[in-house]
Amino acid sequence: MIVRTVTTVAALTLREAARRRVLRSLAVMTVALLSLSAWGFSRLDAEFGGFTSGEARVAGSTVLNLVMFGLSLIAALGTAFLAGPTLSGEVESGTALAILARPVRRSAVLVGKWLGLVAFGSGFVAVAGLAQLLIVRVTMDYWPPRPVTGLALLAVQTAALLTLGLLLSTAVSPMASGIVAVGLFGATWIAGVVGSVGEALDNDSVARVGTVSRMLLPTDGLWRGAMNSFQDPALLLQAGSGIGESPFLSMAPLTTTYLAWTGLWIAVVLGLAAVAFQRRDL
Amino acid sequence: MTGPSLEAASLEPAQRLLADLPSAPAVWCSGLRKRYRRRIAVDGVSFTVGRGEVLGLLGPNGAGKTTVIKMLLGLVRPDAGEVLLLGQAAKDPRARARVGYLPELFRYQPWLTAAEVLALHVRLAGVTVPDAERRECLAIVGLADRAGDRVGGFSKGMQQRLGLAVALVARPELVILDEPTSALDPLGRADVRDLLLSLKDRNVAVLLNSHLIGEVERVCDRVVILDKGQISASGTLAELLGQREVRLRLDGVDARAEARLSAAGRLTRSGDSFTVALPAEQDSTTVPDLVADLVGLGVRVHSVEPGRISLEERLLDILRTGASS
Repeated sequence: MIVRTVTTVAALTLREAARRRVLRSLAVMTVALLSLSAWGFSRLDAEFGGFTSGEARVAGSTVLNLVMFGLSLIAALGTAFLAGPTLSGEVESGTALAILARPVRRSAVLVGKWLGLVAFGSGFVAVAGLAQLLIVRVTMDYWPPRPVTGLALLAVQTAALLTLGLLLSTAVSPMASGIVAVGLFGATWIAGVVGSVGEALDNDSVARVGTVSRMLLPTDGLWRGAMNSFQDPALLLQAGSGIGESPFLSMAPLTTTYLAWTGLWIAVVLGLAAVAFQRRDL
Repeated sequence: MTGPSLEAASLEPAQRLLADLPSAPAVWCSGLRKRYRRRIAVDGVSFTVGRGEVLGLLGPNGAGKTTVIKMLLGLVRPDAGEVLLLGQAAKDPRARARVGYLPELFRYQPWLTAAEVLALHVRLAGVTVPDAERRECLAIVGLADRAGDRVGGFSKGMQQRLGLAVALVARPELVILDEPTSALDPLGRADVRDLLLSLKDRNVAVLLNSHLIGEVERVCDRVVILDKGQISASGTLAELLGQREVRLRLDGVDARAEARLSAAGRLTRSGDSFTVALPAEQDSTTVPDLVADLVGLGVRVHSVEPGRISLEERLLDILRTGASS
């Protein structure tokens, strides 16, 4: 019964994502970003035709990270605004009443929604990210060292944010949950930048801001891990120490411990969302 | 995600036993109570709906009717009280496998077609319903030619019709309808009435919450009247409405005729119009005998109308006296 509910609701959620306007606006934003970046990369090569192969790699990998950040932002916005309305919106409109009066567990419905959203977000990241990597390959002849790991981490980042969106939507209104999720996403990113400035200045308490925020909401940590997979390893060797503060460079790959924490974080947030949803009067 | 608790596991054999009993009622609830902040919405409501019985839930706005229905379906958590649906404890979602529900606030995925909505609910209910039967279900509610259209383009009335189809599609043994005709035109209301009668014929139990007293009076076997979260009256229509009356328009009534009228029941007279209140358990010969005797006494009979205290009058009476006490 539970498996049937989860798969049915996951399929329904994917169908909703495919049929609603959010997919079309996501596609438009993505195509715009990809074509802009294709144009930018080709201009980069044309304007600075005298790049040595090393310089081209540095430029390519830095700008790639920049564009990938834009992409992850689109994925985060898209899924957060899909995840928010999906629960509280359905409760408000009454759509949830007919569904939940069926012989289904609420937690199974929630997990089904989550699974559908994760599949949607991961699919988006995979397709759009791969397209971006190919653009860079064609225009700059740069191919990142660990593209699959990088895209997978971006997908996990999207999953983390939409899980948070689901939890928020069990408590606040649909629009507010999307806005709060995206706001927190931006706030941790900024906290991450602040933290790396602290690291560069050897100021422990400022550096801790980044560490703590990366624990509370793992999106920024995952983003840094993804960057690390996309950028040219030679870059860090060339750049030396002072470059650690750049928000578009990451010094070290993610640790297994951090990935495990992320997994636990997602599980706990999803569990909390399930408990909140279970207790709610409709 | 959460496995059944130990307590539920130990109750399971008992529940199975209960479900196998021939006459487990469609709905059994006892002592339902719900408080929203400081306001008590439902206070100690208990009733049963027998198999194949149509029970009407009546009461003014805010009496707690919808909250009671939502507690039966596990959509609202009761503060106290127990619910069995078709003999199974309602805490277990599986108790709802054979229950169809049309919510008061009906809305279905606007990005799906009507046929897809039905397919979704059939899947969630865990039953296999062939395509033809699902189409027939849409035909019953008058949506046969809209099966392939997206729900987003449906009018309110059409969405309510779709909601009826959703409630009926998974071969329910109990159908709970919360204001099923609120968005329907008079024709649609008549359709719903026919639908309810056909459910009754198929021995499907129905719990009907409706403001339309005429609707309830025509189809319901029993009525529960809720007021301020409590049951203020319940019973079969005959029990609730109790006395019948007969109104006669007569000419040439003398003392003997009047005595004969009084013998049949309490008599009220205004001009040439006479109203006799008949006892609740009358036999079918009372009125014809009375008329024959009156004719024998030389009374000229212009009209004889059987009258019944309407449910509406009775409902208002119950609510008003309940409010004053």
